[in-house]
Amino acid sequence: MSGVLAFLRNSWRQLTSMRTALTLLFLLAVAAIPGSVLPQRSVSAENVAGYFRVHPDLAPVLDRLGFFEVFAAPWFAAIYLLLFTSLVGCVVPRLADHVRALLRPPPAAPARFERLPFHTVVEDPETVNFKGWRKLKRELPDGTVTVSAEKGYLKETGNLLFHSSLLVILVGVGIGAQWGWHANRLLVQGPEQAFCNSLQQFDEYGLGPMVDPGDLPPFCLELTGFEASFLDNGIPKWFEAEVNGDRKFRVNHPLRLDGASVYLLGHGYAPILKYTDAAGKSQTTVSPFLPLDGMLTSEGVAAFPDANGSDKAKQMGFEGLYLPTAGMGRSNHPEERDPALMLMAYRGDLGLDVGISESVYQLNKEKLTRLGDAKMLKKGDTWTLDDGSKLEFLGTKQWITISIRHDPGEPIVLAGVALLLVGLPMSLYGKRRRVWLRLNPDGTAEAGGLPRTDYPGFEDEFKKVTQWPRSQTTS
Amino acid sequence: MAALSDNVLITITVLAYLVAMLLHSADYAFGRQSHIAKAAVRERELVGAGGPPVVEKAGGFLIGQEIKPRAKLSMLQIALGATVLAGAAHLATVVTRALAAERMPWGNMYEFVLTVTLLGTLVWLAVAIVKPEVRHLGLFVVLVQVLLTGVAQIVLQKPIGPLVPALDSYWFVIHVASVATASALFLVGFAASLMYLLRSGYDKGKRGGLYPYGRLFANAETVERLSFRMHAFAFPIWTFGVTAGAIWAEAAWGRYWGWDPKETWAFISWIVYAGYLHARATPSISRRAAAWIAVIGWATMLMNLFGVNIFFEGLHSYGGV
Repeated sequence: MSGVLAFLRNSWRQLTSMRTALTLLFLLAVAAIPGSVLPQRSVSAENVAGYFRVHPDLAPVLDRLGFFEVFAAPWFAAIYLLLFTSLVGCVVPRLADHVRALLRPPPAAPARFERLPFHTVVEDPETVNFKGWRKLKRELPDGTVTVSAEKGYLKETGNLLFHSSLLVILVGVGIGAQWGWHANRLLVQGPEQAFCNSLQQFDEYGLGPMVDPGDLPPFCLELTGFEASFLDNGIPKWFEAEVNGDRKFRVNHPLRLDGASVYLLGHGYAPILKYTDAAGKSQTTVSPFLPLDGMLTSEGVAAFPDANGSDKAKQMGFEGLYLPTAGMGRSNHPEERDPALMLMAYRGDLGLDVGISESVYQLNKEKLTRLGDAKMLKKGDTWTLDDGSKLEFLGTKQWITISIRHDPGEPIVLAGVALLLVGLPMSLYGKRRRVWLRLNPDGTAEAGGLPRTDYPGFEDEFKKVTQWPRSQTTS
Repeated sequence: MAALSDNVLITITVLAYLVAMLLHSADYAFGRQSHIAKAAVRERELVGAGGPPVVEKAGGFLIGQEIKPRAKLSMLQIALGATVLAGAAHLATVVTRALAAERMPWGNMYEFVLTVTLLGTLVWLAVAIVKPEVRHLGLFVVLVQVLLTGVAQIVLQKPIGPLVPALDSYWFVIHVASVATASALFLVGFAASLMYLLRSGYDKGKRGGLYPYGRLFANAETVERLSFRMHAFAFPIWTFGVTAGAIWAEAAWGRYWGWDPKETWAFISWIVYAGYLHARATPSISRRAAAWIAVIGWATMLMNLFGVNIFFEGLHSYGGV
């Protein structure tokens, strides 16, 4: 039994030693490196999929080891949890010591000042200046009077504050992971595209384990305006989106709602296309095209499943590029200076009711037949197809991509970082030191000084405090 | 103004740093108080005494010897003067670039590297004025400056452009200013650590590789203390800079931390420098071990400055490489 206890005690000592803490720190730094070298799911799931395509043999192994989610991997957590355990094991006893030191008066003067790093004879004890020092006067039975003075308690206070604030940050991060949520979607301009905050409305979302979908704050958003301004070389100067008629937000200035913030991530154009089948029945779509480059050359599809009656084999789909300023196969400027659509027409079964979720930005061409060559359409142009049906390019609408996020841990993390920034300089620049003064019964006086931390300026301070009569240090 | 900054002034800056570097080297080799000359004298004396081989343990030179009044300027003072001129040209390069761009000169890698190195020179000159005994460290600082400004001019230079909307934020100013300042301080701290490693290694009797140069440097304790002070000064500023970045990231991208490659490496540097400060404060860990950690820390900073922009794709790639 005592063997087990000794083992536990030794393990604990080992864990809380500085060498172990340093080793864990370095392990943490090294463990973070694959998180920047390999694509991460939390950053870009597409890049992870790309890595799987390029390295089909290696990727599954790395995946099993958690290398695509390094910062959520058990081995990463193991390192930082051990580190925090070591930190607690170090901070708690030091906190107790520090409280004791704060409560206890400065210790009595040592018997022999010559043993201290600094000592001197004091010619006029009246001139000794202990202003700003915590001091205690002691009168000994033989008539000797000593003054013990100590300064620099803030160093340890700062040190403890710094390390405790790391725990606060950890708690804040944990709360954010459990109770936070985010959701992304593409929002096209206009009332028919408006949405209210519920999970079905999002293209992609992530809820913390403690978040119930019913708990999401209720709000509805409609994109009522979007403005962008570009330089002649196409570099964007600014973007601003307006929702619900009066709320504007832009990059760096999110829309702060009650219980969530809305961030503007991207923007693009959605061509409005009207298809009229041979029977004269028409259908209009607004299809967001996704940008391929900085000039907003965009690609997308327009699907008309209800065209040509209920015959599935006669459904219509169009696929192609939208160029806000038409150039040779690509756009020359992101503004709509000379907008053009280059489309390819397809007829057949669009495969929309199979139940497999298909990308709305690509056609499933398995059962589709291409009709002739691509056609270039300017705004207002009409394309008449082989069966007499028509496609009309009516114009475009703006769309934006937004991210809606809520992280209840944020204020805690921010408070933790603020404490850390207060504690850090205190701990780094604070200097713990002691000075003793002894008035002997025979009228002589002497002083001794002890810097308790590495402090090259102590000699000067000691001289100032004791009014240094002549150089008499031992060091 | 743009042409002046991007063609003339930057070239003068790089050349001036190069001249300062050559002067520093010349000071080591042939200065009137040349350390090689002194070492030669010392060795002769030791040999002459006929005693057992003695490893020179004391500092390379004393303050008293250095600031002895002299009729002529020492090579070291000329080298420092050249550094001042280089710094002035450097400042002019950055200021004219900012005036031409009508914004803070931190919009892309080229501008950021120039700002960090400028701050590094300013920090270094302040140190050289306050602490004459470490002036020989200038060789290392200027060497790093030649490399970084040279890389900036040859590889990174980009024509002036406006800020992309994502950079249009006052947090941009706070974040970049604090990160650049901290980087500059880490740079000088790194140079001091390197010098300490060579000097203390030489004192221990190491003679392989670069260690023989160790005898040329200021005494080990002085540079070690300088290195610690630089790191202790830089670390809270770095912490603040990363925090400012996190606050900005919350406003720009919706999360304060997302393990973007730049963020990941900022975290790694923070951890390594925290490790340095802990190692430095632990008596059972040697100062040399701590200095090696500081060198690793600077390697992670360089990785973040260059490697991340070149090798990885991330949110911090506004200005391109």
